[in-house]
Formats: sequence, C-alpha cells, structure tokens
Amino acid sequence: MKMFEYMGKELFSKFGLPVPKGKMVTNPDEAAAVAAEIGAPVVIKSQVLSGKRGKAGGIKFADTPEEAKAAAQELLGMTIQGLPVEILLVEQKLQIDKELYLSITIDNAARKPVLIASAHGGMDIEEVAEELIIKKQIDVELGMQGFIARDVVRKMGISLDTPHGKELVKVITALYKIFIQKDADLVEINPLVFSGDKVIAADAKVTIDDEALYRQKDLPRVEERTATEKAAHDLGLSFVELDGDIGVMANGAGITMGTLDALSYYGGKPANFLDAGGGTGEEGTAKALELILARNPKAIIINIFGGITRCDDVANAFASVKKKTGIPVPVVIRLVGTNQEAGRAILKEVGIEAYDFMQDAAMKAVELSKA
Amino acid sequence: MAIIVDENTNLVVQGITGKQGLFHTKQMLAYGTKIVAGSSPGKGGATIEGIPVYDSIRAACENHRIDASVLFIPAPFAKDAALEALEAGVKVVVVITEHIPVHDEMAVMAYAKRVDATVIGPNTFGIVSSGKCKIGIPPNQFFIPGNVGVVARSGTLTYEIVGNLTAQGIGQSTVIGMGGDRVVGLTFIDVLKQFEKDPETKAVVLIGEIGGDAEEDASMYIKEMTKPVVAYIAGKTAPPGKRMGHAGAIIERGKGTYQGKVQALTEAGARVAELPFEVPGIIKEILAK
Repeated sequence: MKMFEYMGKELFSKFGLPVPKGKMVTNPDEAAAVAAEIGAPVVIKSQVLSGKRGKAGGIKFADTPEEAKAAAQELLGMTIQGLPVEILLVEQKLQIDKELYLSITIDNAARKPVLIASAHGGMDIEEVAEELIIKKQIDVELGMQGFIARDVVRKMGISLDTPHGKELVKVITALYKIFIQKDADLVEINPLVFSGDKVIAADAKVTIDDEALYRQKDLPRVEERTATEKAAHDLGLSFVELDGDIGVMANGAGITMGTLDALSYYGGKPANFLDAGGGTGEEGTAKALELILARNPKAIIINIFGGITRCDDVANAFASVKKKTGIPVPVVIRLVGTNQEAGRAILKEVGIEAYDFMQDAAMKAVELSKA
Repeated sequence: MAIIVDENTNLVVQGITGKQGLFHTKQMLAYGTKIVAGSSPGKGGATIEGIPVYDSIRAACENHRIDASVLFIPAPFAKDAALEALEAGVKVVVVITEHIPVHDEMAVMAYAKRVDATVIGPNTFGIVSSGKCKIGIPPNQFFIPGNVGVVARSGTLTYEIVGNLTAQGIGQSTVIGMGGDRVVGLTFIDVLKQFEKDPETKAVVLIGEIGGDAEEDASMYIKEMTKPVVAYIAGKTAPPGKRMGHAGAIIERGKGTYQGKVQALTEAGARVAELPFEVPGIIKEILAK
C-alpha cells in the first residue's frame, strides 16, 4: 500500500525524523489559512500516488496566503498521470543548501533490507551515477546499529564531526526503525535536504507490505485499485483489465500468464487477466464471471489445473452460476487435477465437455472469439 | 537418487489438525511420503491417520528422527512455526502458506542461513521426488519417476508442464517449487547445482516468469552446466507495469522483461519453449540425443 506524502511525513514526525512545517488541505481557503498560519513563503504539493509531480506541474510556490489560495485552486483541478488531484500539502518553503538521497527497501535476492544512500539527491535515483550510490545490506538479526549508519555517512563523504553528519546518523536510524516497525516495502526520502544546520526530509515515499496490513492497524488506509480490481481482491481474485475480447479465468498467476501467452500465440486477444487463486468457491466464481462478462468478451476460457483447488468445487460453482444467471457467450473449460472426474460429470450436466489440454482449449477459445 | 528429499525422508506436518493440513496429509500418505509425526499446539497426544500428534516440534523430535517439516499454518503464525522447526534442528522446511508478511520471511531466511537449513517457499506447492516422496499440495497422479528435474517459481504452471511431461511418459527426478513470493529460501542456482550433481537427473526444466532477475542470475550458472536445460518463461504477452498476481511478476523500468530473460537463457545455452506445452517435445528431442 502506497501512502501519500503527507501521511509519510506524519509517520516520519512520530519517529523524530525532521520534516518541514505543514498541513494537508483539500480546498483553496484551507490552503490560504495554512499559509498564514505557518508563514509564507510556502510550497503547495499535489498529493497523488505517482512520481514526477514536479515535471507535471503539480508543485507550486506562493509568497502570500492569497497566492497560496490561487495556486491551490489551480492544482485541485489537475490530473497527474491520470490521477485527479484531490489533496494538497502546504508546507514552509525550505532553504535548500544541498539535496541528498536516502531509502530502505528489500533486496529480494539477498533476502535482506538494503539501505541506499547518495550525497546526490533531488533527481531520479536511476539517473545518479552508480559510483555515487552507496548500497548497504542490513542483517535483520543485527539491525541498524550506530556503526552501520556512521559508516554509510562516511561513505557519502560527509564528516561525522559536523551537525549534518550527526543528524544524518539519527535520520538513518529513525528511517530503519520506521521500515521495520511499520512493515514497509519501501521508505524513501528524495530529496533529503541540508537547510542551515538542519537535515530535513523534503519528501516522503512510504509503501507498506499489503500482507502485513492486518497488524498495522494504526496506519491510515489508501486505496489505489479501481473499484473493480478492489472487488476482485476482496474475494481473493487477482484481476487486471486488458484490451482484447477473450475472457480469461485460471487458477494461479503462472498458469494465467501461460493461458494469455497461448491465446496470443494462436492469434487471439485476452480481455483480462484473472487469477482465481487457490480455493475459489461459488461466490468467488460468480464474481469472477461477472468481472469477465463486464468486459463484453466474445468467448471465455476457464483453465483450471487443480492442486489445492478441487475440480468438483470449480464445476459446482460454475454450474450454479450458469443455471442462475445464464452466460451469454460461449465458454471453453479445461479442467484437470484433484477430483477431475467428479468435476467433469458436473459440467456435463450443464452441457459442457471439458478439455484435457490447454492448447486445445486455447485454440477453441480463439476460434470462438472470431466466429 | 533425487534431490533434497527421497524415500528415506521423515516428515512432520505442522498444522496437521487443520482442514488443509488434514486433507494434504492423506494425499501425501497416499503418495507414499513417510509422515512420522504431526504438530498442533494443544492437540499433543492425539492420533491422526495413524500419525502421532505433538504439541511442539521439539516434542516430535524427542520421539522421532525428523528430516523435514511442512507448514499448513495461517500466514500470521507461519513465522513462528517455521522458526520453531528450524530451531529444533529440522534441515528442510517447506512453507506452503501464502500471504506471509515479507519482514517475517526475511527473519526466517536469516535464521535458516545461520543454522544452515533449506527453506522451500513460502507460497510454494512444495517438492516432489517422483515415486518417492511428496511434500506439499500437488495432485498425486501427475508425478511419475524419471530423469527430468523441474524447478519453478509458479505452482499451477508447474502442474501444467509436469502433467504434459507425464502424459508423454516422461518422468521426473525431483520437482521443486521455489515459491511465488519476493523473498524465498531457494534460488534457481541453488537447485540447478543440485540437479547438476544428481546422477538420476539427465535434463532440467526451468519454469520462470516475468519480473525480477532470478532467470538472468540462473543463466550465469547454466553456462557452466553439463546437463541440458529447457526453460519456459510465463508472461510474454503481459503488459508492462501491471501486477500479474505474483508479487514477483511485474515488469518495471525495463527490468525483468520477457525478451531479456529469453536472451540471457538462450545465450547460456538453454532451450526456451515459447509455450508451456512445447516443453515435453523439446525434452524428448534432447534426451534422444
């Protein structure tokens, strides 16, 4: 779950990591009031879950509360990369002496957190030369010890005998604490700025592990998915809309991708990716078919290789949905695996002969989509 | 021979009294797996399918030689259960559970490394040394003994390909699911190295998918292998930037693309099948040489 910048900064603040004075607002009058309260000049930042806000014109400066109001008015009408701007962050404009980069994320191959730091921040980290980036894997059993943070600061070329050096050690320590305690996938500060003697997080990008949200009850919730994708997710389905005309349902991400590949190979165009996961019952199957039908496909392919999924469960669910709602387009089903004979018998009763092999089912579905 | 597990592997089932634990215990027994114990806190002393149930893995280890454990434990408790098995000295821990928080996974992997144990998964179907031992959830009838090693990131796609191999009479030495999560215990290279050493394995099937760089890393080792490798990479037609179910299967910033993986594998000398059902044909061709 990605968090808005203002949420990330609230989190930073709670862990003693310095952020600019500021407040989240949702209308121009509030923006003016906050500018008056914290004192102009201010910066007004669009809160959208996308990078490149600056380049898209989503960040404005104002020298007076009136200017802040006008800027807010303009920003609140914008869309950035398809996302409407509905929330703004109004903050004191910082004196920026130097911009740095700092983040902690997960190094999948090493199976460890990795601290990434650079004395050259402010731009996209991918654009910074490799030799200017410090990467330090962190042993989770050891944690972020002082010596690790100090050595990273040394490698950044910043003296430990300066206020900046000492502050940076504290910032790194706080950032790691947030990363661990909040089950983060990513905590990123770009830029982290030197402002006078202070070190301040001018931006905050925080992503929380979706699987750990159940134990992060005090964090605010941000919904990034479309309503359709959310409905699917709540039923344990993984659904992505594509632009073709063959509806696809399979069980498992890999086999679903394999099904898309096979359809494309035979000249068909998938309308969606739908992974029904490990154990979808009648409700899930009904919802899956509803999502697929909403894409107005010309044909549907259901490709099930049952392991933990039982073929008779899938067949029962499908038969029941077919009887209740009818399915207005031809359906091709490939059904093998756990309890396959029972599943096939159930499908026969509703007039469907299941296929043994994916290639035959895929070819048939492509043929039907072109009929 | 086979790799990691065989007919002598003594297994403990963690969470044996749950619905999935019970169902798959029966399936594993039917396949011939030597399940010597189960564990379920508070249910110690019970017997399930003739198998003694213990309150803890330590208690099971006091009464049996345990070589491997398998977890049918809900995600919030999986870290505790995996660490319990590792701490008790179990050297192979198979974590079927999906949706485990990634920080828990990192903690388990760090400890596993310290005690020099193998974790298979999380979010895996498990491991099958065909005809000898099945630990996990794949359907029994699709796994027959033979000389092809299979290593995969994805579950049902593995059934698809192994099912096709079996349908054409091509058996398998060992089939391993590394798991679909970002942080898992094994790498392709860990497994390929073992297949390379295993006298029973004559060829290897590698089943990958878009996203990440595990297949590119594997290619580095495939160059050195004497045994032939056939690969299939799922997701050729997936649009960039979209999550395709597995946390790993996302293509971003030009990394982990289908083309990049195919190129790396091909340059390393692997044969890449364009579709999953082409794999048996290529394997037959290679083994006939």
